[in-house]
Amino acid sequence: MYRLALQTSTEYAEKTEIASPWLISHAWVIPLLMVLSFVIILLFGKRMPKRGAEVGITAVGAAFVMSCITVFQWIQHVDKSLEGEGGSALSGFGKSFAFSTPGESSVAPITQTWDWWSNGLIKFTAGIQIDGLAVMMLFVVTFISLLVHVYSTAYMEHDTRYTYFYAALSLFTGSMLVLVVADNSLMLLAGWELVGVCSFMLIGHWWEEKPNSSAAIKAFLTTRTGDIGLLLGVIVTFFAAGQTFNLTEINEAALAGRGGHTIWLVGASLLLMGIIGKSGQFPLHTWLPDAMAGPTPVSALIHAATMVVAGVYLGGRLYGVFWQGFSIGDGGMNPMAIIGAITIIVGALLAFVQDDIKKVLAYSTISQLGYMVMGLGVGAWVGAIFHLFTHAFFKALLFLGAGSISHSGSHHSFDMKKDMGGLRKFMPITFATFMIGSAALAGVVPLAGFWSKDEILATAGQSGFHFFQIVGIAGAVLTAAYMTRCIYLTFFGEYRGHHHPHESPKAITVPLIILAVFSTVAGLANAAPLGIEKFVEYVEPRQAFPPIVVPEFEGILAAVSVMAVLLSVGVCSYLWFRKDQLGPFKGLTQRNAAARGGYTFLVNKYYLDVLYTDVVVGGIKGPLARSAYWFNQNILDGVVNGIGRGAPAIGRGLYKYVDQGTVDSAYNGLAKETGAAGGLLRRLQSGQVQRYALLIVIAIAIFSIALILAK
Amino acid sequence: MVAQNVAFWIIAIAMVLSAIGVVRTSNVVHAALYLVIVLAGAAAQYILLAAEFVAWVQVLIYIGAVVILFLFGIMLTRSPMGDLDLDNSQRMPAFVASLALVGTLTALLVDAFGNSKVVIDAPTKTSVLSSDIFRLYIVPFEAVSILLLAALVGAIVLARRD
Amino acid sequence: MILNQFLILAAVLFCIGIYGVLVRRNGVLVLMSIELMLNAVNLNLIAFSAYLQETSGQIFVLFVITIAAAEVGVGLAIILLLFRNFRSPDLDQAQQLKG
Repeated sequence: MYRLALQTSTEYAEKTEIASPWLISHAWVIPLLMVLSFVIILLFGKRMPKRGAEVGITAVGAAFVMSCITVFQWIQHVDKSLEGEGGSALSGFGKSFAFSTPGESSVAPITQTWDWWSNGLIKFTAGIQIDGLAVMMLFVVTFISLLVHVYSTAYMEHDTRYTYFYAALSLFTGSMLVLVVADNSLMLLAGWELVGVCSFMLIGHWWEEKPNSSAAIKAFLTTRTGDIGLLLGVIVTFFAAGQTFNLTEINEAALAGRGGHTIWLVGASLLLMGIIGKSGQFPLHTWLPDAMAGPTPVSALIHAATMVVAGVYLGGRLYGVFWQGFSIGDGGMNPMAIIGAITIIVGALLAFVQDDIKKVLAYSTISQLGYMVMGLGVGAWVGAIFHLFTHAFFKALLFLGAGSISHSGSHHSFDMKKDMGGLRKFMPITFATFMIGSAALAGVVPLAGFWSKDEILATAGQSGFHFFQIVGIAGAVLTAAYMTRCIYLTFFGEYRGHHHPHESPKAITVPLIILAVFSTVAGLANAAPLGIEKFVEYVEPRQAFPPIVVPEFEGILAAVSVMAVLLSVGVCSYLWFRKDQLGPFKGLTQRNAAARGGYTFLVNKYYLDVLYTDVVVGGIKGPLARSAYWFNQNILDGVVNGIGRGAPAIGRGLYKYVDQGTVDSAYNGLAKETGAAGGLLRRLQSGQVQRYALLIVIAIAIFSIALILAK
Repeated sequence: MVAQNVAFWIIAIAMVLSAIGVVRTSNVVHAALYLVIVLAGAAAQYILLAAEFVAWVQVLIYIGAVVILFLFGIMLTRSPMGDLDLDNSQRMPAFVASLALVGTLTALLVDAFGNSKVVIDAPTKTSVLSSDIFRLYIVPFEAVSILLLAALVGAIVLARRD
Repeated sequence: MILNQFLILAAVLFCIGIYGVLVRRNGVLVLMSIELMLNAVNLNLIAFSAYLQETSGQIFVLFVITIAAAEVGVGLAIILLLFRNFRSPDLDQAQQLKG
């Protein structure tokens, strides 16, 4: 993969002669460019000939070129530093298959810091930190974003808010880039929140329809739930690391175990909450499928390059904290791996019962993000980040493919059962690229997904996490099965729609083809059995980084997972392609109560939404209101009324048993007393502010006198 | 030192008497004028404490702007002029509560600070203040400016007729 | 000069302000009493600033003065609104929350 990126970047470097390390130490221009583009589109976009799209595409194109140059410069920087240290000589990319073991040499990230602001005596800095992880993310984000920008010219052509869409897209990309280049957790938090705001704007792009705006609000609020964890995590790590926001210093402090293990456990758990929210992990994954309400290019961007990968990126960036907090090195169970493993299975199972093609892909993303988080949890840092990298290409491909189908094949519908079927004859390019994307997702050799998934599984096994290895293979089997179902429903059988499907325009197919090429070859960037380990070499940090296991390639494991995947594809295809479709399983949900129950359970998404809206929100709102009402009716009124009502009752009792002559006066007296008591209580509730203020002041005076006397 | 103490006591007595005037007078405009004396007295105390810049800010903003605002408020609400009963019915309990608070506060202060002396070498330079504001407290400064803007907008929204 | 003479003066002014807030019916007069309380706090801050030989107290007084100005603006707007609704600036007119 790097080889490809680099060839383009060398060309640019030769043409423009910017091979000096200038760009890498001034990488802040890349996000700045996108933000500027946002401002320009917002101010002048409507009056431009292409309604602002040209500004966005130019900006993101330039950002992409610059990101390629930073990739190139970073590789040179690593090579040079290693040579200078007398480490393994790496005389350039491409031809060298040797790699260095991390730890034996140190290549520091390139950083630059400015004073941002200060409050009292605490200084806050802003800065960039460029290392392998950052340049990899820069490349992925700008690359996917460029393709999405181009694709949208055709897809969003007739949209009423076309200019606004491009402005938001630019800001979305820009905020993700801010997050990526940040050298301190505060800037990272700022980028993180900006990404959340932009996703809100874009998911709710067609806000005129209620479900869309609700989806946007849901996405925003659900991720915010996790963001609280992130905010608290940033604060905890700030103090735990000795009052610093600097990411490297936090990692160093965490690995040294400064201040004890517990504080890092707290910090890591809080940060994990942020990851769960943003990266759609169980149990906060419910916003992701609903986020499909946004335009398809946005879904591609959200699922491949921005937003959801922000969480995984955070996990990779502050890995020292997680390593220390969750004791990942010890090989025991830890929350991160467990959450990831649950998410893999939960997401994959849900993908089976969706009729909406985008929702299948959304649940697939959830499942794949589970792989990444589980990878981080089992110490497979390289595998997780590598999977993020490959997943970006094939998931963007699949989403853009789904968009192509709805744009030209099914008349803006995403329903596989109603409006699709048999599309392979009408849309050959979309079909071919979608097949490649699905195969890469399922992990078919030698496409991208295979290498990264294998890396995670191998590391899990060799670090002693055998359980998670099995979960991973099970997830791969499920993935292959639901993608087979999805492809069958979309491309095979008879066309069930009522329109005239045709192939999409070039602005849509060209990005698809480019992404298909990348989905095929991206895995070669770190193909361990072929001796290429570019990720270990260039992406993995060498400073402030835990001693992770670099796995040996396991032929048997790879063979098992590939066989499992192929078997799954085979069985599913056999079942679907039979004349009587699904054969013995057809109508299973109608015949078998257990199967029907399972189906209903899945269709209702494990009832999580019900849990959140009805049980949690309703549970808090309803009873709270009810109990307040009850309190009002029974206690407050009861005190006043009860005295009034109870007194006559007593009075009647007295009347019955006591001599009438004495009763008269007693009864009247009691009634008067209750009236007075009620009046006294009522006077407290005067409705006058100053009366309330007087009560407060009297209370303060009494308390302060009491405190002084107590002393 | 003696001169300063004499000045302090004169000003302090004037301030307390005027403050009582603010809360006791039966004429609304008189209350505003008594308030001017208290505010001016506070400015004088700031000068005694060598805080020149703050003292002048006090004169400009409080006496110059805030009191004018009050007079406008009196005018716009057509508060009845002349001798009227301006108090509500809770005079007694309020007096007792305030007195209790003065007592406790004084007791606490005497206990905590005793005879600690204030030593003043030289007046605080405005340049020192300004560099502190714009270096150390720039963020609160900006926040306050946003707050002023918000208050401005809020006041207009509340007070306009539509 | 001892520190306490300023602090006790401030305490007295503060409590006179409290008394005013509690007993005055006219909303404008209540606001004036609040200004008395704010000034008492400012006097405290300046006194401590001089006592500790530190400028931050004075800076906070500047902030308080700014905020007090904003508060008077909004407060008078509210009283104006009250006046429009009840034809009187008296606070005890507003007792819709009476139980």
